[in-house]
Amino acid sequence: MATEMDHQIVKDLKAAGIDYITSVPCKQLAGVIEVLDETPEIMHMPSNKEDEGMGLCAGAFMGGMKPAIVMQNTALGVVVNTLATLIQFYQIPLPMLISYRGEVGEPVACQVEMALHTKAILNQLHIPTYHFHKPEDAAELPGILEYAQMASKPVAILCDASFWRASA
Amino acid sequence: MIRNDVFQTLKPIISEHLVVCNIGAPSQELHAMDDQPSNFYMLGTMGLASSIGLGLAAAQDKPVVAIDGDGSVLTNLGTLATIGSNPHGNFTLLIIDNGSYGSTGDQPTYAGMKTDLAAVAKACGTENVQTVSAEDTAAAVQAAIASDEMTIIVSKCESGNVKVPVIKTNPIVIRERFMEEVRR
Ligand SMILES: Cc1ncc(C[n+]2csc(CCOP(=O)(O)OP(=O)(O)O)c2C)c(N)n1
Ligand SMILES: [Mg+2]
Repeated sequence: MATEMDHQIVKDLKAAGIDYITSVPCKQLAGVIEVLDETPEIMHMPSNKEDEGMGLCAGAFMGGMKPAIVMQNTALGVVVNTLATLIQFYQIPLPMLISYRGEVGEPVACQVEMALHTKAILNQLHIPTYHFHKPEDAAELPGILEYAQMASKPVAILCDASFWRASA
Repeated sequence: MIRNDVFQTLKPIISEHLVVCNIGAPSQELHAMDDQPSNFYMLGTMGLASSIGLGLAAAQDKPVVAIDGDGSVLTNLGTLATIGSNPHGNFTLLIIDNGSYGSTGDQPTYAGMKTDLAAVAKACGTENVQTVSAEDTAAAVQAAIASDEMTIIVSKCESGNVKVPVIKTNPIVIRERFMEEVRR
């Protein structure tokens, strides 16, 4: 069941003009994805892997749309090359709404392993990174979405277990 | 016929259209033969030409031709499922199937062995999938552009590359002029 926060996130995406979203699911993102599928103003085209998704987003952007990607932080292990050689090299604005698995509140030990690398990978790639830990942090989302367009860069919005739990 | 021979026959057919071209030798050969603002060259990401092409076709109405390679489709095989389940009539995917990783020295791919990419594409949901000879490729692409059904064409050609320079155009220039063509 989608929460009020899931609805608010999609509302902010819509208000920022985001009209194309690709996603690979995560438990923490299920509500957002559910709302996306009920939002006719946003074309939701799921991808099989996040680098593929970034290709779709690059095409949608060149076709005049405003894309975003919804993905799990573990996918950062998949997309480094694509972020560097496609999204950054061609300067494509790309908000990445990322579930931050492996933080406090995580039930699955293996998720901790990529959590440890998450911010390091983003820092290494010089990607502006925002961490939503408390529900009130989400008030920054509209500004972050605008910032991504202004800078023509990928930006990461990490949403951890505490954020989702407190938003439920 | 090798890839570059197929490109020569394609020139009059794709020159005016939006083309997203595969990394390496394919983009370099297209660029050397007929550099157009309506060409988007992949300079560094293997496997995503078909995904970019689909995203572009979904976002606007002009015909889009993505020229991909067998090796690049194999590295992003999930793309065929996404394409199959999101048909866009203005989209044509041309897979230059030379059975090898051409750019890196013609090492064999599985498409040159047991794997039938056209059968995979069909199984992934695209209805109009054609396997054509190198000689018949241009006619097939012309018909696919004219039709409003999404088409995947697997063009069987020989391995081999011609010696052409690398693309030195700034990536932002490539993208900006391409987007201008999209808006035109
Ligand atoms: C991740 C990654 N691995 C390997 C390469 C090296 N590489 C560049 S082009 C290419 C071959 C692509 O083969 P194909 O798509 O069949 O095109 P062809 O040149 O045969 O037309 C390879 C392996 C790369 N660019 N990126
Ligand atoms: Mg090949």
